[in-house]
Amino acid sequence: MYVAVKGGEKAIDNAHAWLAEERRGDPSVAELSVPQIREQLKLSVNRVMAEGSLYDPDLAALAIKQSRGDLIEAVFLIRAYRTTLPRFAASNPVETAKMAVDRRISATFKDLPGGQILGPTFDYTHRLLDFKLMAEGELPTAPTAPASGEAVPHVTGLLAQGGLIQPEPQTDEMPPDLTREPLELPANRALRQQALTRGDEGFVLSLAYSTQRGYGRTHAFVGELRIGRVGVSVNIPELGFAVEIGEIELTECETVNQFTGSKTEPPQFTRGYGLVLGQSERKAISVSLVDRALRWAELGEDFIGAPAQDQEFVLSHCDNVQATGFLEHIKLPHYVDFQAELELIRRLRSEAIAEAAE
Amino acid sequence: MTDQAYNFAYLDEQTKRMIRRAILKALAIPGYQVPFASREMPMPYGWGTGGVQVTAACLTPEDRLKVIDQGSDDTTNAVSIRKFFQRTAGVAITEKTAEATLIQTRHRIPETALTQGQILVYQVPIPEPLRFIEPRETETRKMHELEEYGLMHVKLYEDIARHGQIATSYAYPVRVEGRYVMDPSPIPKFDNPKLGGNAAIQLFGAGREQRIYALPPYTDVVSLDFDDHPFTATKADHGCNICGSIHSYLDEVITDDQGGRIFVCSDTDFCAERQQGTAA
Repeated sequence: MYVAVKGGEKAIDNAHAWLAEERRGDPSVAELSVPQIREQLKLSVNRVMAEGSLYDPDLAALAIKQSRGDLIEAVFLIRAYRTTLPRFAASNPVETAKMAVDRRISATFKDLPGGQILGPTFDYTHRLLDFKLMAEGELPTAPTAPASGEAVPHVTGLLAQGGLIQPEPQTDEMPPDLTREPLELPANRALRQQALTRGDEGFVLSLAYSTQRGYGRTHAFVGELRIGRVGVSVNIPELGFAVEIGEIELTECETVNQFTGSKTEPPQFTRGYGLVLGQSERKAISVSLVDRALRWAELGEDFIGAPAQDQEFVLSHCDNVQATGFLEHIKLPHYVDFQAELELIRRLRSEAIAEAAE
Repeated sequence: MTDQAYNFAYLDEQTKRMIRRAILKALAIPGYQVPFASREMPMPYGWGTGGVQVTAACLTPEDRLKVIDQGSDDTTNAVSIRKFFQRTAGVAITEKTAEATLIQTRHRIPETALTQGQILVYQVPIPEPLRFIEPRETETRKMHELEEYGLMHVKLYEDIARHGQIATSYAYPVRVEGRYVMDPSPIPKFDNPKLGGNAAIQLFGAGREQRIYALPPYTDVVSLDFDDHPFTATKADHGCNICGSIHSYLDEVITDDQGGRIFVCSDTDFCAERQQGTAA
C-alpha cells in the first residue's frame, strides 16, 4: 500500500552535510582563509558589502567562503546578519570632496585641480591570461610617490561656478530608510539612491546600458569618478561634538548630462549620481546613469516608457536577494495548486472534446 | 554565534512590535493590505518570510506550533520552518491540527475545522489580487481605495466567455465583508469556503512584498462569481486511497509509468487521524 512521503528532515540534514563537504572541495588542496579572500578577492568582497549594505570586509569575505563564491548567496548571508544588528547611531554625511583618493578621473576635462589619477585599474590592461599567476608568483611591487596634499574639488563644483550645471537642493531632512520602512511609491531621490546602490550590479548595469542604447537616453559624460577613503563621524550627545569613528572606502560617480532647457529654464547641464561602498566603479557609473534617467519628471522631460525611467519597475526589481528568493521558490512543492490546475485542464478538455463530437 | 545570541523567535522586540501593529491594523480592516517594514530573514524571500515574521510576532513560549506546506507536516520547507522556530523559540510542536495554537501554512487550510483561540498564518507570495490585471502597485492601491473592482469581474467574465467557466483553480479571489477584494494566497479554491465564518484568526504575511492582511474570526468572505455561474469548490472526483475520505482535498500520486495513479489526502494529519479512527 502507498505510504505518504516521509523523511524530509533527514534528507535536509544529509543535503547540508554534503553541501559542507562540497564547499571544502578536494581536501588535498589547502583551505582558503577568510583573510586571503578579503585581500585577494577584494572586488568580490566590495560587491558583497555594497549589495549587502554592510561595510565589513571580514564578514563579507566569510560570506563568500561560506557561499562557495556565489556572490548573491553571500549578499543574502550579509543582509540576514545585518538585519539583526542594533543601531547605535546615524553618522554625519560623509564629505567625499575630502576623500583621500586612490583613483580620480574625469572624462570631461583634460586636466583639472587635483589632477587625473588612474590608480589600480583594469582599464588599459590587455585582457590576456597571465599564466604566470598559475605558479607561485613573485611579490608584485608598484612605484610610489608622496601624496601631493593638493585639494581634489568636485568637477561638478567647478561647473557650478559658471551656473553651467543645475544646482541640487540642499536639505538637512533625514532621508527615509529602505531597510526600516516599507517601500512606498513614488520614492524620492534619496530612497531611489538607496535602492540602486544596494541593487544587483548586473541589473543596474543593464538598465544603465539600455539608456545608452536609446531607451531613455540622457547623454551622459563621466564628469568624475573617484575612489578612496573618507572619514565617518558621529555626533556624541554626551560630548557635544562629532568624533571620527573610522574610515570607509567609497566609489563616487557624477555624470554630466545634457539638458535642453524648458520654457522657464535656460539650457544647463544636469547630473546623475552614484555612490557605492568599496571599489565598485562599474556599479557607481551604472547607478548614476539610472539615477539620471529616473529624474525625467522633475526635469520636465518626456516619459517615453523606457524601463530605466520607470521607478516602480526599477525599484521593485533591482534587489537581487528578493529576486533570487522569489525566482527560486518555484522549486518548492506546488502539488496542491498543480492538482487544481490538472483538474481544471481535464475538465476543460473533456468539455471541449464532447462539444467537438456533437 | 550560538542560537542564544538571538531573541525569542529570532526577531528583536522592536521589530515584533512593528509587525504586531501591522497585524492589529489588518484585523481592524479585514482584507486590507497593510504595508510593513519586512525584514530580511535567514531564509529566502518567497519561501515563507512573511508567514515566518507574522508567526514570530505572534508566538509566546506557551504556544504549540504546527507548520504545514501543501497540507503536509513533512514537506521539506515545512520541516525547515518548524526547525527554525524550534531552534529560536523552543516552543512545543505538534502535527495535530486540533492541538496546535498556531498553524503556519502554505497553500492549504487544514481539513479539520479550526476553533476559537487558534491562529492560522498563511505564507503569501503575491498579496495583490489585482496584480496580474494591473502590474503597478500605485494603480492597484488606488483601485482598492475606490472599490474599483470592475476589471476583476471582466477578467472572470472573459474566462467564462472563453472556457465556459471561471478558469481560476487556486488563489481564487474573494470579497471580504463586502469591501476589499483579497487574495486568499495560493490555496486551491476547494479551500475557499473555509475562509469565511472561521472561528480562528487568519493572518496573511507577504515578506518580499511587505504586506500583512487578516481575517478576524467569523468574517464574511465571499468568493467572486456571477449569479448564473456560481462559485463551486472543486477537487479530484475520487476518494482517498488510504483513508477513504470523499470530502478531503486530494493529491494525485503517479505510481508507475503505465498511467497508474492513486489519490491521497493532501492533509496528512487529517488522513492519519482517520486511519487511526478506523483502526481503533
